[in-house]
Amino acid sequence: MKKKTNYTRRDFVIGGAAVLGSLAISGCDKKTINAPTYGNILRVADNFTYIAHRTLLPGQSLAREYTLADIKSYPATGTIDPSASTQEKPSETYGKLKANSFKDWRLTIEGCVEKPGSYSLLDLKKLPLKKQITRNTCEEGWTGIAQWTGVQLSRLLVSVGIMPKACCVCFYAYDDYFESLDMLDALHPQTLLAYGMNGKDLMIAHGAPLRLRVEKQIGYKSVKFLNRIVVKDVFDDGGDKGAIKAGWAWYTGI
Amino acid sequence: MIKETHNANHTTTVRLTHLVVSLSIITLLVSGFVILMAHPRLYWGEVGNDLTKPLFELPISKNYKHGGWTPSTAFYSTLNSPVSASRTFDIFNQNGWARSLHFMAGWLLVATGAVYLIYSLFSGHIRNNILPRSSDFNLKNIIIEIKEHALLQIRAAAGGPSYGILQKISYFIVIFIFVPGTVVTGLTMSPAITAAHPVLLDIFGGYQSARTIHFILAAVLLLFTGVHVFMVIKSGFKKQMKSMFIGR
Repeated sequence: MKKKTNYTRRDFVIGGAAVLGSLAISGCDKKTINAPTYGNILRVADNFTYIAHRTLLPGQSLAREYTLADIKSYPATGTIDPSASTQEKPSETYGKLKANSFKDWRLTIEGCVEKPGSYSLLDLKKLPLKKQITRNTCEEGWTGIAQWTGVQLSRLLVSVGIMPKACCVCFYAYDDYFESLDMLDALHPQTLLAYGMNGKDLMIAHGAPLRLRVEKQIGYKSVKFLNRIVVKDVFDDGGDKGAIKAGWAWYTGI
Repeated sequence: MIKETHNANHTTTVRLTHLVVSLSIITLLVSGFVILMAHPRLYWGEVGNDLTKPLFELPISKNYKHGGWTPSTAFYSTLNSPVSASRTFDIFNQNGWARSLHFMAGWLLVATGAVYLIYSLFSGHIRNNILPRSSDFNLKNIIIEIKEHALLQIRAAAGGPSYGILQKISYFIVIFIFVPGTVVTGLTMSPAITAAHPVLLDIFGGYQSARTIHFILAAVLLLFTGVHVFMVIKSGFKKQMKSMFIGR
């Protein structure tokens, strides 16, 4: 696949402005202002929180960044290896990729994009990198600060040419986990596709080879073990794979 | 005998907001407890997790001091490097519904609390009934009140204001410090809100400090609720309940 891997600042600013501008003009369908599948009474409050945050908070404010000295011990929870036999459905594919140090791993980006892309880890590492030292906030109540190295998701989305009708970015992982973001969080400058943690390659337990970092939401949005990104023109909660069916809020900026 | 300035019924606004606020607070206390059960460790500062030292731990779920961790791996090759370890233990976690319920009750508390505050500030309810008057600060009266409370000699209530000095002070602190304090420390735990208003993290000294203060304020509110109900019972349960929930 032919890919432009080097972007000037100008490209990026113009691309980003075009994307944001077209979103602002054409917008998503009016109904998509509501987060998906808010069927039961508890979801009404989650939806209210989502609308309140989107209405009252500046969309592109940055989460606090810390210094190297603030980095502390940081546990790995949730899936710690998608190919482990302790998994409900151990991923053979992930096991093979892991055995070959992820040399054959590729991330695909498809859906409502002009030029669907496929990236190896090396392709991603050639792109301008971003480092950020941020706090992960887990719904359980614990926090951890780490330095993340990776590529801004917005950079990749602009390079594949997301269409104006795009309104939802879906993330599929090797442990069968699913999450989705609205365009505001997907295009947020701190939303990162991270391949490095604390100056080293991402550990398996922390989502190797690539994980998402969504700094303005709770930790379960930051999908580990990324496999595929699909841009959609409708909100997708992931159905049975998504967190909502299991009783978790889709928007977790709170 | 304390001179009673006037003896009014509870107004409809006070009765309705009291009903909704008390339901919200009960819901918040229960769902907050369930949320705390998922991680019953409290810390100070920004960072706190199973691999860092807590201020204290609460034995309230099977997650208390659980040992399901792999050996740790250092992030750096330096001495005292921060480490990572993976959880191998299936923890108690009901935060899916507990968090959503907590935030729903939180919205209800904030909305109703705002109605109460606006009404009370403008109608004179705060000034006339809650704010202690200078005449309340009479050492003799205060000593008598403390003595009566200590001996559990609770006077029969009239079923509405006016209130004694200790009652006024506790209502005032709950309305203006404890409830707003839980709300603001709660907001400090929101990553979207602190991105927009990082000053919240500076005020409380970090996410985990805000979480710990949130817990302490909630525990004080639970204590207040217990004492409040006890006083209602001791001062004439039937009359008090009727005047607050039904009106006279």
